[in-house]
Amino acid sequence: MPLMELEIGRVVSLKILDEDGIVDQELDPKLKKTDLLEMYRAMVWGRITDERMLKLQRQGRIGTFGPSTGQEASQVGTMHWAGDNDWFVGAFREHATRLMRGESLERQLLYYNGFEEGNLNEEGSHPRNLPISVIVGAQPLHAVGLAYASRLKGEKDVCALTYMGDGSTSEGDVHEAMNYASTWKLPVIFIVQNNQWAISVPRSKQMNSRSIAQRAVAYDMPGIQVDGNDVLAVSVATREALERARRGEGPTLIECVTYRLMMHTTADDQYKYRTKEEEDIWWKRDPLVRYRKYLTDRKYWNDKKEEELHEEFKAEMDRQIASFEARTEFKMDAAFDNVFGTSHAVIEQQRAEFLSESTKEDAHG
Amino acid sequence: MARINMVQAINLAMDEMMAEDQSVVVLGEDVGVDGGVFRATEGLFAKYGEQRVIDTPLAESAIIGTAIGMAMGGLKPVGEMQFSGFSYLMIPQLEGHGSRMRARTMGQFSVPMVMRLPYGGGVRALEHHSESREVFYAHMPGVKVVIPSGPRNARALLRAAILDPDPVVFMEPKRSYRAFKEDVPDAPETMEIGKCQVVQEGTDITVVAWGAMMHTARKAVAEIEKARGTSIELIDLLTVAPMDSDTIAASVRKTGRLAVIQEAPRSFGAASEIIASINDKALMFLEAPAKRVTGYDVVTPYFGRELNYIPTVGRARRGIEEALDF
Repeated sequence: MPLMELEIGRVVSLKILDEDGIVDQELDPKLKKTDLLEMYRAMVWGRITDERMLKLQRQGRIGTFGPSTGQEASQVGTMHWAGDNDWFVGAFREHATRLMRGESLERQLLYYNGFEEGNLNEEGSHPRNLPISVIVGAQPLHAVGLAYASRLKGEKDVCALTYMGDGSTSEGDVHEAMNYASTWKLPVIFIVQNNQWAISVPRSKQMNSRSIAQRAVAYDMPGIQVDGNDVLAVSVATREALERARRGEGPTLIECVTYRLMMHTTADDQYKYRTKEEEDIWWKRDPLVRYRKYLTDRKYWNDKKEEELHEEFKAEMDRQIASFEARTEFKMDAAFDNVFGTSHAVIEQQRAEFLSESTKEDAHG
Repeated sequence: MARINMVQAINLAMDEMMAEDQSVVVLGEDVGVDGGVFRATEGLFAKYGEQRVIDTPLAESAIIGTAIGMAMGGLKPVGEMQFSGFSYLMIPQLEGHGSRMRARTMGQFSVPMVMRLPYGGGVRALEHHSESREVFYAHMPGVKVVIPSGPRNARALLRAAILDPDPVVFMEPKRSYRAFKEDVPDAPETMEIGKCQVVQEGTDITVVAWGAMMHTARKAVAEIEKARGTSIELIDLLTVAPMDSDTIAASVRKTGRLAVIQEAPRSFGAASEIIASINDKALMFLEAPAKRVTGYDVVTPYFGRELNYIPTVGRARRGIEEALDF
C-alpha cells in the first residue's frame, strides 16, 4: 500500500479592517449602514459600561468581575446576525454580547454584587440566554445539547452560539463538545475569544498548536481564524457559519484573535506576569478606534455623533446604576425556593430554622 | 520562630519539602510565574524552576491524571486546584484510579500525591468559590482528606501529606488564609494524618469543628465559658477521612455531650459521620442528643446572601447550649 497524503481541511485567517482603519477593498462586505451602526453602538455600550463597572468595583459598589475591554469586536461581531431563536451560551467574559442580547447593565450589577436576580432574563432580554458559566469550558456541551433538542423538536433555523476562551480549549469537555457537534452535524458555533492570556498563562504555554482554529480540522468541521479586533471580519465569519448551520451543514469553530486589555478579574494583578509594553501594543489595535475610523471615512459617523452617543449612554448608565443601588430588599431565604421543583419537607424544615436564626444579630467567626 | 499566616505556612511547607526532596513537584493553573491566585506558591518558580513548578494548561482532570502518573513514576506531586469548585473534574481520575491503585495492584503501585483545594465560603467571591464539599472526597476509600485550621497545623499537616504514601486531598479554608497569624517553629514539623487534636480540655461538653469553623467554634466556646463558666472540650478534626473517631468517643465518654459545627450542608456530612461513630462507640454515655450546627441543604447562594448560610458564632453558641441544656 503506497504512502498516501490524507486530504484534510485547511485553515485560513481573515482580516478585513486593519489596525489603522484601512479596509481591504476586495474583502469589504459593504454591510448596510444600519448594521454597521448597530454594531458600533453595541461595542461602545459594552466598552463604557465595562469601564464604569471597573470603577464601581474599585469603589466597593460591586464585587469581583472579569473586564472585557478590548474584546468588543469579537463579542459583538459574533452575535450581530444571530436571531431571536438562536441560543447564547456564554462563559463569563461576554459582557458586550450579554448587553446586545437585551440584558440590562442593572442585571450585570446585580449579578456581580452577589445576587442570583442578575441571572433572571428580564422583560426585553432574550429568553434564550443562558446564565454566566464560571466553570471554564463546561458550557459548550450545553450548546450541543440545546442544538440537538432544537433539531429533534423540528425547530427551524436555530443555532447555538457558544463562547469560550483560549485557556478553555485545553479542557476535555471542549473537545468532547466539538466532536459531538461535528459527528451529529449540529448547528453549533464554537466561538473562541483567544485573548492571549488564561490568567497568567500565555497562549504559547497553553498549547503547542499554532492556531486554535486548526483544532477544527481534527473534527472535520470548518474552522477559521479571524482578527478578533476587526468587527467586519468577525461578523462576516459568523454570518457564514450561521448560514451553514441553518442549511444543516453542522458546526463551525471561529477563533477570534483578540486581547484582554485589563486584568483577568479585579482580583488579579496582570503585571505579575506581563508587561505594560505588551498591553500598549494591543491598545494600538483597539477594535473601537479602527472601526470608528472606518465609519467616519464612510461619513456614517463624526465627532458630534460620538459625543451625543456618549451623553446618551452616560445618562442611561447613571439611571441603571441608581436603579441597581436603590434595590436593597432581597428575599433572604430565596435559596430555599429553588432547590427542587417541588420542595421537600427537609428543605422546608431547614427554611423555618433559617428564618428563625436570621432574626438574630450574629457575628461570624 | 516566625509569625506567619496560613498561606505563608502552606508556602513554607512546600518550600521545605522541595528543598529537601528533588522528587517533589508542584503543578497547577497559575502556580508558577503568578505564584498561585492566592499566592500559595509564591517564589517557588524562581527558586526551583519551571521543571518542578509547573504552570499547566487549563485542565483539572489533566492535572490530577498527570499527577497520578507522576506519583506512580516516583515523583511526589503536589497539585493545586485553583478553587475547590473547579476540582470536581478530579473525581473521575481520583475515584477511578488514584484512590484504588494500591488496592487494585495489591500494593505494587501506590499514588503518593497531594491535591490542594482552597475551599469554603465567606470571601465575597463568584459562584463555585464558596462550597464545602469535603465529603465528596471523604467518601472515596483510599483517599485521605485533611483540613487544617491555622498556620501551624497547616504547615505540619501539608508536610505530612507530602510525605504520606497515599493520595491526600488537602483542603484549605480560604477564609482563614490571611485571617490570623501564628508562631511556627524554625524547624519543620509534622502532625499525624488520621488524628484529631484536643485543643482544649473540658468536662461538660465536647465540641468538634474543622477548617474555618474552628475559628467560629473557638469564639462560641469562649462566649459560653465566659457567660456560664462551662468547661468545654474542643476538638479540631484536622483529618476528615480516615476519621479519628476513637479520640472523639473518648472525649464524649468523659463529657456526655456533643456538638459538631460544620460549614457544609447538613445531610450526609462529616458531622453525621461523627455522630454515627458516637452511636457505635459511646451512645450510652450521652446525656443529650448530639447536636449539629451546619450549613443548609441548599445550593450555596451567591455572596449577597451567602453569609446567612454559614454557621455564625451565635448559631454555634445556641447549638452548643441546646446540647448543654437538654
